[in-house]
Amino acid sequence: MLKTFKLGGIHPPENKLSKDKPIEILPIPEKVIIPLGQHIGAPAKILVKKGDSVKVGQLIAEKGGFISANIHSSVSGTVEKIADIKDASGYPKPAIHIKVDGDEWDESIIKDDNLIETISYEKEEIVKRVEAAGIVGLGGATFPTNVKLMPPPGSNSEFLIINAVECEPYLTADHSIMLKRAKEIIVGINIIIKATGVKKAIIGIENNKPDAIKLFENIASTYSNIEVCPLKMKYPQGGEKQLIKATTGREVPSGALPIAVGAIVQNVGTVLAIYEAVQKNKPLFERVVTVTGKKINKPGNYLCRIGTPIGNLIEAAGGLPEDTGKIINGGPMMGKALINTDTPITKGSSGVLLLDIKESKRKEQNDCIRCAKCINVCPMGLEPYLLMSLAENNNLERLEEERIMDCIECGSCSYTCPANRAILDYIRLGKGRTGQMIRNRK
Amino acid sequence: MNKIFVSPSPHIHSGDSIKKNMWGVVIAMVPAMILSFVYFGINALFATLTAVLSCILFEYLIKKFLLKEESSITDGSAIITGILLAFNVPSSLPLWIIVIGALVAIGIGKLSYGGLGNNVFNPALVGRVFLLISFPAQMTSWPIPTTRLSEKINPDMIDSFTGATPLAMLQEGIQSGQSVSSIMEQNNFPTYQDMLLGNIGGSLGEVAAIAIIAGLIFMLVRKIITWHIPTAIILTVAAFTGILNLCSPDTYADPLFHLLTGGLLLGAVFMATDYVTSPMSKKGMLVYGVGIGLLTVIIRIWGSYPEGMSFAILIMNAFTPLINKYFKPKRFGIAKKGGKK
Repeated sequence: MLKTFKLGGIHPPENKLSKDKPIEILPIPEKVIIPLGQHIGAPAKILVKKGDSVKVGQLIAEKGGFISANIHSSVSGTVEKIADIKDASGYPKPAIHIKVDGDEWDESIIKDDNLIETISYEKEEIVKRVEAAGIVGLGGATFPTNVKLMPPPGSNSEFLIINAVECEPYLTADHSIMLKRAKEIIVGINIIIKATGVKKAIIGIENNKPDAIKLFENIASTYSNIEVCPLKMKYPQGGEKQLIKATTGREVPSGALPIAVGAIVQNVGTVLAIYEAVQKNKPLFERVVTVTGKKINKPGNYLCRIGTPIGNLIEAAGGLPEDTGKIINGGPMMGKALINTDTPITKGSSGVLLLDIKESKRKEQNDCIRCAKCINVCPMGLEPYLLMSLAENNNLERLEEERIMDCIECGSCSYTCPANRAILDYIRLGKGRTGQMIRNRK
Repeated sequence: MNKIFVSPSPHIHSGDSIKKNMWGVVIAMVPAMILSFVYFGINALFATLTAVLSCILFEYLIKKFLLKEESSITDGSAIITGILLAFNVPSSLPLWIIVIGALVAIGIGKLSYGGLGNNVFNPALVGRVFLLISFPAQMTSWPIPTTRLSEKINPDMIDSFTGATPLAMLQEGIQSGQSVSSIMEQNNFPTYQDMLLGNIGGSLGEVAAIAIIAGLIFMLVRKIITWHIPTAIILTVAAFTGILNLCSPDTYADPLFHLLTGGLLLGAVFMATDYVTSPMSKKGMLVYGVGIGLLTVIIRIWGSYPEGMSFAILIMNAFTPLINKYFKPKRFGIAKKGGKK
């Protein structure tokens, strides 16, 4: 029996249209827009000004706090302006606009593809390099990785869990790098093992990627402390708490971090970025993005520079289909709908998904019929219908009691609801306000 | 570029709908409906048609003229109420009484609370109990299935013959001092096989245990309902009557008899599982099912009505909000009281 997490979960159609597509390199755009806030935490502080010329990999904004991340130029060229853009959140955010000229890399970056297996750095140096490279969680949460590599004193880190689940429908970016860069990823895992002192690394892969499972089982067999854990497909298995439960059987307590049960979770793309940062001195300035959708001509996985407008990726995949109704940064379950195609790819962008007009329209909402299907699918054991109605009534005390802050916003409730109720919309609203109330109390 | 939509995630939906679930329940009731036509003939057909059509009509009229809201008759819930109401009355019931039952079920039981999703009590049962109290004579005169008449009773009396349900026969017998086994040995008392196939006196939908079980399997496979409520009711009734039967087999019938009669399966499968009026957490569902089982047996054995299912479900319906409040789903990452995690 394959492992999976216990509570709740759904099985949306996979639609992994680009799963057999090898990684293509996207041509460097004429202009990139690099937002200063691509991570959770404080936005980065800008280091360049209009007219400055920059190289690929040059630090252009430095971390603005303990939880923040450096940002590097993804292209060579001239800083055109520093101006606000509307990012995936819909709010105007400051960004550095760079006009591209050639492709000149910072000299310190090792540009070749040779595998470097020997890890010649000590713990502190590894964390420092990861921090310098501006690496954040590439699965979408964009939490600064160096912070995760420094478990608080007194905590016992036992497991490193590699999140190679990619449970979002449509997305295949992680799958594509696993097939192409498996050896580098294994070195990356060894780097993290060295940095954190964990005893064992577990690579969690869902069984819809049998080729990746086989490949990693082969390579990992030569390491006694790396193990592949094939998982039964179920969304949201890529959720940190769900993945820990599925691979180790441990349950992260409400409100606690994974380290409370001895686990450190890293996305497989982040592991590759760590390899490149530590072994090749390469900062995080490019990533693989899945461009997909049922109406798109050439769904695929593209290696592109951070700051590339999403429109360029759509062009490479055959152009914007006639009846596009929604442009999503990310997957269909947790991605954000964009207002236009000028929005740039950021560190957390794992995919660009186009839905047609019919798929984009929500159906009419009916009264709750109390079928309890939202409760049955909730992976956190919450009562989404109740949270929704409490949020509608702004009853924040009750929301806190009913554990709204545990919601991981996976969307399983709204996906399942036969009455088409906008359950998660209201839960998000209530969660925001409840969080505010809790912070004010302190 | 077209106008594009911007909304929060998730951006896809399962395609499940109220209609799909409601029509699923309707399909699950078809076997029992067909068997009711076989056993009770054209009268059963008329009763079902009258109940369904009047439920739909009252839903339409009340929504349109009293509530001035959009029509909801296509969601299938009024049809379910209609079929369930018909399932809960004897086939000999005058059609005008069925119409009154439909008005009470839809008007008072459902729409007065705000319609589907907001009612506290199962609408069909509200209608049924209203009729049982208002028209006790008509509601408890049970035609015997035509198939049964031809075998055991003078066929000349087919059109006019009515009899008691097995539960009523048993209650009457025990009250007159007979033992359970001697009542069951009487010539006109149905066998277990009769009960399973529906060859007994009773309401339209309660007689054929086998058809109701088929409906249950269909709803479980289609994930319209979960196993918790029916299982809790059936096991509770079986355990409770089993214990009584062991203590005094002459006064208390065996569990199988109780499970196969008196609409127990009909209630456990189609009425106690009504989404709107049953609890939402699995623990809550089990508590609710146990409550229905206990109340049913108590009413049957010590109450004045031979059948207790309707009242038991309605009483537990009233407890549903309380059960929802106290029986929460298992939360992720919350240790049980006193336990460690």
